[in-house]
Amino acid sequence: MQTILEMKGITKHFPGVRALHNIDLDLREGEIHALVGENGAGKSTIIKILMGVHHRSEGEIRLYGKPCDIRDPLHAQSLGLGAVYQDVNLAQHLSVAENLFMGSMPRRLPGIINRAEMNSETTRIMESIGVKVDPRAIISTLSVAQQEMVAIGKILRKTPKLVIFDEPTALLTTEETEQLFRIIAKLKADGVGVLYISHRMEEIFRICDRATVLKDGEKVATVDITDVDEDRLISMMVGRSVHDMYGIDHCEPGEIVLSVENLSRAGEFHKVNFQVRRGEIFGMFGLVGSGRSEIVHSIFGARKPDSGRVLHNGEVANYRNPRRAIKAGMALIPEDRKGQGLALGLPITDNTNMASMELISSLGVLDTRKSIGTAQTYVDALQTKTPSVFQLVKNLSGGNQQKVVIGKWLAAGSDLFVFDEPTVGVDVGAKFEIYKVFENLVKQGKTLVVISSYLPEVMGLSDRLLIMYEGRQMAILKKDEFDEERILRLASGIK
Amino acid sequence: MNVIAGKRLKLWSGSGKTEIFLAAVLLVLFVVFGTLSPVFLTTFNLMNLLRQTAIVGVVTIGMVFVIISSGIDLSVGSVVGFSGVITATALVAGVPIPLAILAAVSLSALVGLVNGVLIYDGKVPPFIATLGTMAVLRAVIMLITGAQMISGLPREFLVIAQASLFGIPILAVVWIALTVVAFLVIRTTVFGRSIFAYGSNKEAARLSGINVRHTLYGVYMYSAVMCAIAGVLLTARLSSATPTAGSGFELDAIAAAVVGGASLSGGEGSILGAFLGALMMSTLRQGGTLIGLNSFIMEIIIGSLIVVAVLLDQVRKRRGGQTR
Repeated sequence: MQTILEMKGITKHFPGVRALHNIDLDLREGEIHALVGENGAGKSTIIKILMGVHHRSEGEIRLYGKPCDIRDPLHAQSLGLGAVYQDVNLAQHLSVAENLFMGSMPRRLPGIINRAEMNSETTRIMESIGVKVDPRAIISTLSVAQQEMVAIGKILRKTPKLVIFDEPTALLTTEETEQLFRIIAKLKADGVGVLYISHRMEEIFRICDRATVLKDGEKVATVDITDVDEDRLISMMVGRSVHDMYGIDHCEPGEIVLSVENLSRAGEFHKVNFQVRRGEIFGMFGLVGSGRSEIVHSIFGARKPDSGRVLHNGEVANYRNPRRAIKAGMALIPEDRKGQGLALGLPITDNTNMASMELISSLGVLDTRKSIGTAQTYVDALQTKTPSVFQLVKNLSGGNQQKVVIGKWLAAGSDLFVFDEPTVGVDVGAKFEIYKVFENLVKQGKTLVVISSYLPEVMGLSDRLLIMYEGRQMAILKKDEFDEERILRLASGIK
Repeated sequence: MNVIAGKRLKLWSGSGKTEIFLAAVLLVLFVVFGTLSPVFLTTFNLMNLLRQTAIVGVVTIGMVFVIISSGIDLSVGSVVGFSGVITATALVAGVPIPLAILAAVSLSALVGLVNGVLIYDGKVPPFIATLGTMAVLRAVIMLITGAQMISGLPREFLVIAQASLFGIPILAVVWIALTVVAFLVIRTTVFGRSIFAYGSNKEAARLSGINVRHTLYGVYMYSAVMCAIAGVLLTARLSSATPTAGSGFELDAIAAAVVGGASLSGGEGSILGAFLGALMMSTLRQGGTLIGLNSFIMEIIIGSLIVVAVLLDQVRKRRGGQTR
């Protein structure tokens, strides 16, 4: 098998930071190669160097044995490199075909687009990966999974030699993930090299041939996947061994904190009923689109339910806006961290204090000393990795960003925490730390609602579990009733 | 404790590099014009420079607030003119000076509120909303004045533009004082930090319980009030209210704010930077006139400088490792 890509001694410096040190990596034809490591280990930097976003400081890159200097993203594409990112980067207002052919639309006459050809070619490409989609459909009307397929189609149109998948399954349902794996298998069969990045171990063991483990910007090892097991790989990543990931202490639940009665919102969820007790970790499981996030957003006052009511600490609490919910002690850690959880361009100080400015101000004037102190307190308490509390949040890794969001609500003194997909895009090490935070919260008598589409996680963490399917509440199971198969069946609408 | 004190200092200097850069450019300009023209560095001329910059400078303060919130306010020039007309009309009708100013400020604040309501509740893009108020308000001015200048203002009012405090013109004193106030508002108040949060990520701000509505109303009202004060100062300086007063101020104010480090995509901006930005542009204009530079060439230089300043700032930020 021919080697497509060789990276030798790649080092990358950013001002004041060494992001990568002496990395060697090679990728063969028809190989699926996993790149694993905690957030901040240097995976993104490698991708960005390959895609021409960053330039290496030292080292050599060879494509098919020839040294090459990847100048910019366009150059990377022309060399046959393509990348599918977690947050798909498509023009939302344009059609599928227009996205696929952006920059090189087929023409009838100079300047006149040949739409018929463009659309039929789009259909052909999409069908080659088993996806049926109207080439004229506007991207913003498609589901996340469909958009991801379009992004893949866009790369395939340029007949790539190497495709990078960066957390491609983070937002996909089980079924959509299967479809993606079929597409990847097809790429492999066609001799394309695949660089696969995921935090989900079972995926790596299922589809990958080899794995390169990174830690703190250095390469730990490249291993054949058949030579290692999950525990071994994780311990290489975090530098320590792991046993029970979800082994946190639980508490005896107290009085009812939150009671949801017949809550409905047209097109999203219907007659949802549940109660959450103090000190409990209440899980919510369901596939994407099952209405989980919409329910908690309604409870939080971020959108308005059509009917039903919410009781919070025994009082009717159909909050009209998030501000009221927050005043009453509720906290929402949203799924879309970058879009809804953080002000990326601002430092940790501003982000930490965003929900609690009124607590540290008098007559509208902030106590800046306190605001810095608070930020420092939660950076220390959550072991957020950052040079200082003045670091802009966009420069932090996913796990550390999530810690900043959690710190914001701890600073606000919240009592009821709603975590929507708390560990999406978070590496194994930071996951442990986030679970430890859960443990500490329940110890302090706080109440947690945890939404996750990652079943081992919700099963491992929850005291009880609510299962949703297409807006309907299927069941609430107690911990001793948890059974993976049964939960999956319920989540697929089978009673 | 020492650690905290050190960090506090750092916060106060903030992203101070833009400001230091601007101060350096200003210094160079002063040296160049001082060498080429014997008059430039005289106290008289420097005070005159401050007086000339003050009015647009005050407008720029409000513009920085708006730009940090990821908005834009094109109505500033019209509000300046509107405020001047209200003040002058009231004064001519014999209303006491403080009351006349108060009337101008409150009516202008109302215009700011209208902008805020259009933008927050009406979801009209700031560019369009304020473009509308800009046109409407200018027409209102014409109707009130019949397109005539209002003069015959009381001497006690005109003193505002002529008098000095410790040798510094009152106009400049007002500008500097408002700059200090705005600096503190931006750095140390809930309102100030809310503007940054909103400008950086609207949805995160809303879900963090920030009163988004009040923040946005506040931003456009703050801008309008700054314009109202600028309108009063301008009227005093011209000894009359002219219907076209303030036209074109929006571009000068936006330019000064942006040169001073404000980002039109929001979440970024500096009051001190805007102060220096405004001063830099008027220094160029005045210095150029003094050394007898063709005024058209002067405008070419100023236009280029705006772009170059922002360009250099972008390069500096990229070097700082903030590539996206």
